[in-house]
Amino acid sequence: MTALSPSLGLRSDNETWMIRIDKEADIVAVRQRVRELAKDQRFDQFAVAAITTAASELSRNVWVHAEAGMARISLLRNGRKVGLELEFEDQGPGIANLNRALAGGFSTAKSLGLGLSGTKRLVDEFEIDTEVGRGTRIVVRKWKKDF
Amino acid sequence: MTSGPIPILKIGSTLLATIQIELHDTIVDSFQNDALEEIERTGANGLIIDISALETVDSYVARMLANTAKMAKLMGAGTVIVGMRPAVAATLVRMGYFMDGIQTALSLEEGLELQASRLKSNTE
Repeated sequence: MTALSPSLGLRSDNETWMIRIDKEADIVAVRQRVRELAKDQRFDQFAVAAITTAASELSRNVWVHAEAGMARISLLRNGRKVGLELEFEDQGPGIANLNRALAGGFSTAKSLGLGLSGTKRLVDEFEIDTEVGRGTRIVVRKWKKDF
Repeated sequence: MTSGPIPILKIGSTLLATIQIELHDTIVDSFQNDALEEIERTGANGLIIDISALETVDSYVARMLANTAKMAKLMGAGTVIVGMRPAVAATLVRMGYFMDGIQTALSLEEGLELQASRLKSNTE
């Protein structure tokens, strides 16, 4: 696991919120913050639901599999582009079979087996770094569409 | 009526559960039990779950709602999930979750009509 390296040129004037996830209610806290930010930035209702649901799935993963971790929510501004970046980092068990987890239909205790594969389909960018026994870091980004 | 965070009301022979709060996992879990117990207690033969206030339905909540509907059906209470928002429907399908086998209706009114017509066809 490497420390988070700033995405070049993207983070200069970005606002960031950190939420520690160590109880079930924190899933809701992350979800609500992401929803508020997406609405503030005038994402359309489909994008708001998509990024909020992604936040919910990924925070639950942290809570269920690692019991504790951090969520970092960042507002991205890149020229005219506006986006939201969510980063989830934990020191949990890691994902042994990443390909299977990303392919979907692979269900653990408290999921549909759609957590990772489903989340990936809801966002524009999805990065995962995981190591068994060390933890997992997932970064997703959703950009606001200009119609 | 139950005292849980999600009120369950009886209208005729149908129970109506209206979800108006942000759903914690534990609330969804207890709602499942409450709904099934209310069906037994009241002898209701239908259950309508109104989710029109829900802006986010993630895979856990979707599965719990679908399971509640299936459990209620096993008990003899046909269940209709009503009022799913467009963005919620779009998100679930994009995630690959189709709520297979779950009866849905656009609005509470349509859900009530569906229950009424089901009762009618059962007695005929």
